[in-house]
Amino acid sequence: MTRASEAFEAKMYEDHPPFSYPAYRSTAKRARTNPMISITHTLSELTGPNPGSNAHDPTAGWLEVTDADADLTTNAGTGSEAIGSRTSVVGRVTDVHGTPIPGALIEIWQANACGRYRHFRETAFPAPLDPNFLGAGRCITDAVGEYRFLTIRPGPYPWGNHPNAWRPAHIHLSLFGTAWPARLVTQFYFEGDPLLALDPIFNSVAAHSRHRLVALYAHDVTEENFALGYRFDIVLNGPAATPSDAHAHSPAAGR
Amino acid sequence: MPPLGITPSQTVGPYFTIVLGQEGQSIVAGPGVPGTRIRVEGHVFDGDRSPIDDALIDVWQANAAGRYRHPVDTRDELPLDDGFTGSGAAATAFQTGLWTFDTIKPGAVPDPNGGMQAPHLNVVVQARGMLMPSFTRVYFSDDVEQHAGDLILSMVPPARRHTLIATLTTPGGEGDAPVYLFDIKFQGDDETVFFDL
Ligand SMILES: [Fe+3]
Repeated sequence: MTRASEAFEAKMYEDHPPFSYPAYRSTAKRARTNPMISITHTLSELTGPNPGSNAHDPTAGWLEVTDADADLTTNAGTGSEAIGSRTSVVGRVTDVHGTPIPGALIEIWQANACGRYRHFRETAFPAPLDPNFLGAGRCITDAVGEYRFLTIRPGPYPWGNHPNAWRPAHIHLSLFGTAWPARLVTQFYFEGDPLLALDPIFNSVAAHSRHRLVALYAHDVTEENFALGYRFDIVLNGPAATPSDAHAHSPAAGR
Repeated sequence: MPPLGITPSQTVGPYFTIVLGQEGQSIVAGPGVPGTRIRVEGHVFDGDRSPIDDALIDVWQANAAGRYRHPVDTRDELPLDDGFTGSGAAATAFQTGLWTFDTIKPGAVPDPNGGMQAPHLNVVVQARGMLMPSFTRVYFSDDVEQHAGDLILSMVPPARRHTLIATLTTPGGEGDAPVYLFDIKFQGDDETVFFDL
């Protein structure tokens, strides 16, 4: 497949999961079957929702995001804290060339410490709800593309994919990059979880890129007498590099 | 080969409405935004043609003048409209599987070859059971003449182009916006065209 225009990097499908993955049973009826059609990138593809960077533009109509939205241990607004192991998650959002993406809105959702979601569809798992935990958060990356959430570590939860199936602990996240094709919804996991090896959703990703979904324990992020720290960096598709751009960014890319 | 490995996609799962596609986000244009008011609605159907009632639809569109609110669209001679970002999100409704956007009809947007694209919405579909986002476009059935010159439609096999065109089902009346129907179909003979972006 070739494009008439390469203004945005081609999607690296080999680094993503396939559309259809039999071990994740509900993909069977929900995966597209015709080949995708490759198109020229027009202004429609080279632009996209830019909620974070417009958050301070009162004419634009974006929702307001405050610091309180990034603290899931208290953002239920009850005045009491959520129960669970306090966990700080920090990371950096860049494009594939290492260019930081400031002003990006990151939205997250997760189960509580017992593995229970506050959602009307969750009816099968008899685990308690936490009145002080919503499981929803938002934040905007700073000038160097860094973000930080404070939450509680989510619990694993059972699901109906196969007998005795359990999702590893994970946090869902959603972000728009610098343009429409960079839209990313994913889940990140926690280093060392024995359920990772058994999870078809995690293992749908090719072995060489699976580790990019695993947050690593970061002792420098851990806060004494308060919370454990994890680091999860996010890399989005971005504008194609010109040869000089590629040279300029290559040293920073090694981390 | 870019130097950093991309973060892989995972399914949005069944619980995303905790944050995404909340009520209100499907109103892309409020009453004060210039343009012709329209409602666009539809279903997302699976391989059995059952409605998927836990899908997330994101939309991105130009304003009535054909301008996107984004730094790359530098055509300052065209207006940006207060209160209009051009983006919206909707979750398909429990059991019926219907999604709805209330918006204004986008203007025509140029293509890189000097032509004009027909008015369209850019759409991404995600759901439980989908590991990857599926990108498509919504064109409008009353713009047939403009479709003939649309660069992107010209890249789609003629027999499949109809899957990208929303049908006018209810003409606009006194104070009522016209309604367009756009059903998104996965699998089967008339599977919606999805783009490799
Ligand atoms: Fe989940």
